[in-house]
Amino acid sequence: MSLFLLGLSIIFIGGLASLISGRRALASFFGVTGVVAGCVIAVVPAFRVLFNGVAESFRFDWTMPFGSFFLQIDSLSAIFLIAILGLSAIAAIYGMGYLGAYREKKNLGVVWFFYNLLLLGMSLVVVAQNGILFLLAWEIMSLAPFFLIIFDDEKEKARNASWTYLVATHIGMVFLLLFFIILAGKTGSMDFDKIVVMDSVKAGFLFILAVIGFGTKAGFITLHVWLPEAHPAAPSHASAVMSGVMIKTGIYGLVRAITLLGHPPVWWAWVLIGISAGSGVIGVLFALAQHDLKRLLAYHSVENIGIITLGLGIGVLGMSIGSPILAVFGFAGGFFHVINHAIFKGLLFLGAGSVLHGSGTLEIDHLGGLIKRMPWTAVTFLVGAVAISGLPPLNGFASEFLIYLGVFKDGMSHGLANIIPALGVIGGLALIGGLAAACFTKAFGIVFLGEPRSKHAHQAHEVHIAMVLPMVILAILCVLMGVFSPLIIGFFGGAISTITSLPQEVVQGQLNTGSGILSNVVIVSVLLVVLIFGFALLRKWLLSGRSVSEMETWGCGYARPTARMQYTASSFAQPLVFLFRLFLRTARKDSPREGLFPDRAFLQTDTADTSSKYLFQPLFKGISFLFSQLRWIQHGWLQLYVLYIAITLLILLIWKAF
Amino acid sequence: MTNLVDTVLILIILTNLMLLGSSRLRTCIFVVAMQGILLGALALLTENSGLTIHLILLPTVIICLKGIIFPFLLFRTLRDLNVQHEVEPFVGYGTSLVLSPLVLVVCIWLGSQLSLPVEAISSLVVPAAFFSIACGLFLIISRKKALTQVLGYLVLENGIYVFGVSIATKQPVLVELGILLDVFVAIFVMGIAIYHINREFDHTDVDRLNKLKG
Repeated sequence: MSLFLLGLSIIFIGGLASLISGRRALASFFGVTGVVAGCVIAVVPAFRVLFNGVAESFRFDWTMPFGSFFLQIDSLSAIFLIAILGLSAIAAIYGMGYLGAYREKKNLGVVWFFYNLLLLGMSLVVVAQNGILFLLAWEIMSLAPFFLIIFDDEKEKARNASWTYLVATHIGMVFLLLFFIILAGKTGSMDFDKIVVMDSVKAGFLFILAVIGFGTKAGFITLHVWLPEAHPAAPSHASAVMSGVMIKTGIYGLVRAITLLGHPPVWWAWVLIGISAGSGVIGVLFALAQHDLKRLLAYHSVENIGIITLGLGIGVLGMSIGSPILAVFGFAGGFFHVINHAIFKGLLFLGAGSVLHGSGTLEIDHLGGLIKRMPWTAVTFLVGAVAISGLPPLNGFASEFLIYLGVFKDGMSHGLANIIPALGVIGGLALIGGLAAACFTKAFGIVFLGEPRSKHAHQAHEVHIAMVLPMVILAILCVLMGVFSPLIIGFFGGAISTITSLPQEVVQGQLNTGSGILSNVVIVSVLLVVLIFGFALLRKWLLSGRSVSEMETWGCGYARPTARMQYTASSFAQPLVFLFRLFLRTARKDSPREGLFPDRAFLQTDTADTSSKYLFQPLFKGISFLFSQLRWIQHGWLQLYVLYIAITLLILLIWKAF
Repeated sequence: MTNLVDTVLILIILTNLMLLGSSRLRTCIFVVAMQGILLGALALLTENSGLTIHLILLPTVIICLKGIIFPFLLFRTLRDLNVQHEVEPFVGYGTSLVLSPLVLVVCIWLGSQLSLPVEAISSLVVPAAFFSIACGLFLIISRKKALTQVLGYLVLENGIYVFGVSIATKQPVLVELGILLDVFVAIFVMGIAIYHINREFDHTDVDRLNKLKG
């Protein structure tokens, strides 16, 4: 545990040194060194806990009311901690290269300080074992990204995004405050190990509070409105961390809350499965309709949070109806997807950052043909895209497969009321997987294949080695985590048995059967991949003696094709967007085309976020109208303001005295 | 010992009355400085655990800050401002002085009603503290010059300090020093702010500052 604290201190000191260095070149050096060294040191205890299965804790007297400085790395924390520290270190190296371009314009010391602070907050959140400490860490973690999102503060969009984020995160915080205050209840202690199980009505109420509070951070559907604004605005390495691991702390909080609230009733599982299926499907649909690469990725975060929560929902279902198979595979799939999503979504955001860095735009319809200009970015992005679409043998497939496996093995034998959610999970996962594959075919195909659609894409160039290397590492991890997934899932046993209170042997037994099946699938798919490469080599060999002529991409026999004759992102997605228009409500503007030779025509589609447009905007408008009715109190007379305070004080004192 | 404490507390109450009745800003600053020195004396008298660092350090710091540094800063601001008098306050000096005994009575009544966690060192502590707080608030509400507002804030803070020194004798010295530092920074910032407001608007009348409202 002392190694962990040492690591965190190094991260913090690195951030401070960077803040002091300010605009000097040293700032990036301090920031990155602090993060990388700190992460390497702090991750050691996490791995130790995961291998040995023995929790490590640290307790320290604290004069804070209800608070105690109680940290503990148990196997649940360890899983999240490894994802957080690992991705943050890799993204920091990338950030050094990425931010280099901004050195003249921005104070990078500030950026690094808040990046390190965000990392510190996240690490503390997953190990805090006391309500007050947890909330403090949560607040550090929630405030730091505000300063990262507002990085491009000369752009109005970035300023609005950071405000949206700040409002959203604090609305979530209100629910969490309530949650912890009620949880502490009569015992008066907020230490997680001293919280007593309460009656079912109160536990149910607390569960709803936790779902809303943690769901705002995680980005459940309707609460996700800040994600598509905040992720595109932040610098790409920060978006990678925010999307890859910060939103996972919401998942962590939810799991921790479930363990604190005692045995879950079955309706909790239904709620989780319902929300997550909605998040998954609607998230991926909105992603499909986006024109901005990072915005598209942000909606995919909503989708993947949906997949993770589907796993948790199945796990909770298994806990409440007493099915070890469902419980084990649900949680295992969920946790594995937490790590996998951190890897491939981190990779994809870094890839998007490279596209922005290399070409200067993220507008999908302005790009094209980047695979020839940015080969490393293209290949690594492709790996990430395959992984996120859940295709074997990469890691995204392995975690989704575990959830499928659990439901297929034991989802159909517990009465009609539980078959429906089980079927919902299978249908939802299948739909999500298909749509995600379609969406990334669009994203990869339009951005990297074909011919450049604008001068941005023409001038694109490959990025610096410091940016390529992290992407390559993450891409390799995507492959390794997929291929070695049968060996990896065994490590989730400790966490699953703490949550479900199933005996360790039962959990490990289930995981072993799971890894047996998984390894067969992986072997077959690896063989298929090898076969494909074999065919490709064979083709190359067969063609080696003949003359092969290369034409323009999408030439289709035209003598003089232009880049504008290619598929666009909008046209590629149009059939699916049209099919799901009920949810998407895409606004479409086009000019009527008349005559045999219509000259100019235009088409414009805009998919605004429905929950932001139809739920939150009217809501906030109403609130702002109500408060504008109170404007007369704010007249600018300082003396009267103080008089209000004095009168209130006097009334309170006299009231108390009587 | 108790007699001495009572004397100091009564002197603090009298300084408050003097503040309410004087229009010359120089006098007001001087009176607040006196009050600061009295507070230091109070801290010295209430300490009963013998000669410790706490005993020496705290009164010294209080007297230095509130009796010397704050007045110095305020006098300097006053010189830069070219303002000597509080003009046309919302509540006149005579009226203020007539009202103040009534407030004092309410404060004494409150003092007798409130039950404190620890026995106060003198029965005058709570009335003196409340009266200082009330006077500070009253100065802020009824006067127009920004400098008087700062003085009001100081007096209000002194009132809180009377409470702290005489009742919570067990609080660690760090906390007390921290509070003093807060006040120090506040006075510093206010002095600068007033100076700039004066330069920008050619006056420091707070009642005309509502033009700044967005």
